[in-house]
Order: sequence, then C-alpha cells, then structure tokens
Amino acid sequence: MSTEVLDKKIKKEKISEPLLSKRRKKIISDPFNDDNPITIQVLGICSALAVTIKMEPTIIMAISVVFVMIFSSLITSVIRNYIPTRVRIIVQMAIIASLVTLVSEFLRAFNYEMFKTLGAFVGLIITNCIVMGRLEAYAMGNKPYDSILDAFGNAIGYGWIIITVAFFRELLGSGSVLGFKVFEFIGWENFPTNGLMVDSVGAFIIIGLIIWIQRSISGYVEN
Amino acid sequence: MDDITNLILKSIFVDNMVYTYFLGMCSYLAVSKKLTTANGLGIAVIFVLTFTAPLNWLIQENILKEGALVKYFGEQYATVNLDFLQLLMFIAVIASFVQFVEMVIEKFSPTLYGSLGIFLPLITVNCSILGGSIFMIQKDLTLVEATAFGFGSGVGFYLAIVALAAIREKLKYSNVPKGLRGLGITFLLTGLLALAFKTFIGMSF
Repeated sequence: MSTEVLDKKIKKEKISEPLLSKRRKKIISDPFNDDNPITIQVLGICSALAVTIKMEPTIIMAISVVFVMIFSSLITSVIRNYIPTRVRIIVQMAIIASLVTLVSEFLRAFNYEMFKTLGAFVGLIITNCIVMGRLEAYAMGNKPYDSILDAFGNAIGYGWIIITVAFFRELLGSGSVLGFKVFEFIGWENFPTNGLMVDSVGAFIIIGLIIWIQRSISGYVEN
Repeated sequence: MDDITNLILKSIFVDNMVYTYFLGMCSYLAVSKKLTTANGLGIAVIFVLTFTAPLNWLIQENILKEGALVKYFGEQYATVNLDFLQLLMFIAVIASFVQFVEMVIEKFSPTLYGSLGIFLPLITVNCSILGGSIFMIQKDLTLVEATAFGFGSGVGFYLAIVALAAIREKLKYSNVPKGLRGLGITFLLTGLLALAFKTFIGMSF
C-alpha cells in the first residue's frame, strides 16, 4: 500500500519535471569541467586532435561531433528497449556510421575544401570513443530527452577542449587566429612561429598542460 | 621487394599511427598501465590490422569503386559509384572479422583466448583499425602493399603502446605533481615520445 503511494508520487514528480530542471542542468553542465569527456573520462582523444592544427577545421569537427552525438543518442534511446544486448555494439555502430556518412556527404556537397582538409578524420568520428562511450553509458539506459541533454553536454565539453588546443596551436604555430594574422596586425612582423606546434608533439603537450591546469583548479587527483 | 620493406618501415616509424595520426589514442592511454596487458593488446592490433586492410581493399576494389560492378552486371553499371557506403562496409567488415577471430580463438586455443580474448572486442572501436583501412584507400595501394601497410601500422601501434607502458611502470616510483598524476603526465610523455619518433622523418631505408 505504502509503496504504491510512493510510486504514484514519483510518477507525478517525473511528469511535472520542468524542461530544464536542476537535475537536467547538471546533466548538461557536468561534462564542461567536473566530468569532462577528454580530460577526466579519457574519451574521444583519438581522431579529433589531428585536426587541431587550425581553428576552422576544428570548429567544423566539433559541430559534426555535436550533430552525430545528439542524433545517435536520440535514436539509440528511442529504440533502446528493442535492442538485444548481445548485438548492441553492432546496432550502435550501424546508427553512428549512418549518421557520420550523412555528415561526410553533406560536407562533400557544400564545403568541398573543408572535406578535403578534414580527409579521413570525418569518417573516423565513427570510432571516436566519445560517441560510443556515451551511448553505452547513458543512452542505453535513459529516456530520449535526458539522453539528448547528456550528448549535448558531452559534445560541448569535448568541443571546447579541442578548440582551445587548436587556438594555441594556430596562434603559436602559424601566428594567426582563424586565419587572421594577429602578430602582423599588432606590428610584430617576423614573429618566430614554432614548428613543434604544427606537429603532433604540440597537441600532446598542450593537452597535457590543459589537464594540469584544470586539475590544479578543481583539485581532482588520479591514483 | 625494396618498396615493400620501405613501406613497412615507413608506416612503423615515420607515419606512426599514434604519434603522427593520433589514432588509437583511447586504448593507447587506457590500456598502457601494465606492460603485459599492453603487450596483449598490441599483438591483437597487429593481427587484426594485417587482415582487415587487405579484406577492405578487396571490398573497395571489387564492389565499391566506380565501375566495379560492370564485371558482374554489364555495361549499364559503369557509372555506379558506391563510395558513400565505404564507412559502413569497412566498419561492418572489421566488426565481423573481430567477432569471427574471437570465436575461432575461443574454440581452438583457450590459453590464447585467455590472454588475448578480452582485448578483441575493444579493437572494433580502436580508431587505428578503421584509420588503417581509410588511409590505405587514400594512398592508392595495391593488395600486397595494403597488407604490408596494415602490418606496419600494427607494429607501429605495438611499439608505441609497449614503450609507454614500460615508462609508466617505472613512473609509479616517482613523485609526480598532484595535478599531473595519471593522464596529464601521460600526455606530456606521449609528446616527448612523439618528438623522439620525429627524428625518423628524413630517413630513407
């Protein structure tokens, strides 16, 4: 009897939960810092760092990941009760691969230059562990709307890290921001650009430093 | 023959999967805490890459390429280009190959399954496998070259992950600043290792 009443109460609360309740805001905001996919969960480092030489392709990449994550989470979450557990990986792969193909064909049609710059790395969003990781960890067990929020939060948390990395790599490696020559503009004609930053070495070191700074502020210690 | 050796050495040292293309970073970071597990994953990657690269090559050349369908269905298919199915096909081939290998190993060699088995499902989502197939298509290789490229890339990944695991095992005894512990120091280490691999760039074998 008492549990029945409790159940009803919970149900009622769930129905009347506002579109952006405190819990839901937390779902979105956690991945920005405290539970960041790159620096804390160690997901999605694979393909994305390779495009961070310049800011523009990085932003396109971040947008593509946001798109793929939101829609794959939505689809997986809607059909989650019909997916047999044994073949769930293949089902998720098929969903992600179709969405990534969509993004890649869209880029080929509307921004061919960018498609060439990004090259294989658009296709490699499929195996970007962040997409799969969130589907496994969240979308398989939660309602569609919450899953979309989670996907959005994680994609943004991922996006701001790679855009920050790209900012420093482009600034120090080519002396520009979004193609705009900053140092020439302020009158520093022969700014010595750093070849290491254009190389993959720069990306590793910058992301290591970002993690150091972030963890020193938040006080998170890994054992 | 010289070309093949050259291609293998180049894909191991110069175009290293981890240090140059950032592929396979997730498992590279997550499974490099112990030398033995890193070793197991590395061998599994070499194995899967060596076989999926030629498999995907055959699919690309015989089914997906523009005009490839002519030999089965006749001239009217000359303009059919199934390139857009590339990603789906490749990932399906990789996933099923990995599943198949897992079943075979489980049946015939339980000891090998015990040491390698847990890594095989992980490999499906290892970017270096799909990356290997995509790069191989972009580079326009022949079948033999594609196999060599797959093998070389696998060995490159193996070297990278084993080197990092060995360093991280020693790192346990050192006093690392708090915020850098774990992931942070690993990234800085990877940066230094990548820098070391850069020295191979000018070499021709």
